[in-house]
Amino acid sequence: MSEQRSTDAEHLEVGSGDVLVAVGTMKGAFLFAGDPGRGTWRSGGPYFRGEQVYAIGFDGRGGRRRLLAGTEHGHWGPVVRWSDDLGRTWSDPPGGNLRFPEGTDASLARVWQLQPAGDDRPDTVFAGVEPAALFRSDDAGETFELVRGLWDHPHRPRWEPGGGGLCLHSVLVDPGDPDRMWIAISTGGVYRTENGGKRWQARNQGVRAVFLPDKYPEFGQCVHKIAPAGGRPDRLYLQSHWGLYRSDDAGDHWEDMANGVPSDFGFPMVAHPRDPDTAWIIPLDSDEFRCTPDGRARVYRTGDAGASWEALGDGLPERDAWLTVLRDGFGTDGLDPAGLYFGTRTGQLFASADEGGHWRALAEWLPPVVCVKAAVVP
Amino acid sequence: MPTVHLPSALAGHSGGRRHLQVAGATVGKVLAALGQAHPGVGQRVLDEQGTLRRHVNVFVNGESIRYLDGVETPVADGDEVWILPAVSGG
Repeated sequence: MSEQRSTDAEHLEVGSGDVLVAVGTMKGAFLFAGDPGRGTWRSGGPYFRGEQVYAIGFDGRGGRRRLLAGTEHGHWGPVVRWSDDLGRTWSDPPGGNLRFPEGTDASLARVWQLQPAGDDRPDTVFAGVEPAALFRSDDAGETFELVRGLWDHPHRPRWEPGGGGLCLHSVLVDPGDPDRMWIAISTGGVYRTENGGKRWQARNQGVRAVFLPDKYPEFGQCVHKIAPAGGRPDRLYLQSHWGLYRSDDAGDHWEDMANGVPSDFGFPMVAHPRDPDTAWIIPLDSDEFRCTPDGRARVYRTGDAGASWEALGDGLPERDAWLTVLRDGFGTDGLDPAGLYFGTRTGQLFASADEGGHWRALAEWLPPVVCVKAAVVP
Repeated sequence: MPTVHLPSALAGHSGGRRHLQVAGATVGKVLAALGQAHPGVGQRVLDEQGTLRRHVNVFVNGESIRYLDGVETPVADGDEVWILPAVSGG
């Protein structure tokens, strides 16, 4: 296996219990490390200078400390890389490690999501890619194989690309049943499997598709993000292309929960790691004007499963802030209280150590941020 | 055999060599053989369907294959095949 040494990047020293925030941008990746109290922060990078990094993740299962990155060179194409020394060296797999097999007539355009499976399958990592497909790795992200059950789904020829491309961007694995998973495609909607990916069923009942003649089709919705409620495996939250939804039956039915938000258009959705009634969104003005409403940066939190929402802005820009946060640009570290982190297309990275009550900028001049993942270093 | 010239960005995937003799009667066959010999180069020049990546340019004796017959452009002994990254990005 070839390796590439990051000789031109600042490197981080981290210890057990530190919080690691991995940030993918249009021109490389960056790392931020906070002490366990999340009061002081330091930064590392840039890694993959000039490359787009639409997927990034940290895998702390099975005794490893592995960073995963879906990188995309403007000339030389996409690949999944990993680092076991927090970015000092990265794998450089010759020939690529995530490729559509012969007979599919498809070529990998972008890796949108890298999602480690549950702790009971510590070597399994899923990748959501463009064109919309799910890949599975059983060697912790070093090699991937196409999940045929989804690729062969009869709906697939009718999935259509949204503005970002035909992407499979969300992969959820039930922590209590690793054979039950959900994925979301823009545009295609939500699909669920009960048998580890062999068969998939569309699960979009109640989700509106404003851009289709049939507003409530079986599939074809432009779902921007789905998030699993903490501590309640059958509850999911969903941010759609216009629309906020909650399902209490594992996606069989969805209920509108856009109550008291300035807009139900947006991209990311983050669920609380333990409280199933709490979730956060970052609304944008509209489909036509994809910026924070009124030039004010606001995160909205529900503490009652979407019955109501409150604006959280302490420490965020109050005026002249026309920000955009993309679907994977918002994440939590899972701590108690939950830390929240979001990055913007204008290069700011904001953090809250108290579930959104107060915010601070960790960085203000990054390249456009496309993904943010946070984790506690084991 | 044609001579293939690689940009410096790909030399790390060809054992440091930037000028290679590669057999093949067409550009496509030369690139496929190049990928067989140096998978790290092949993956960066061609996607998994064997299609030339969008922002990679190939020239034969100074002319872009986009204005010849694409990857079907014939090559012969002594021909010079250049692989270069296109101007792109933002």
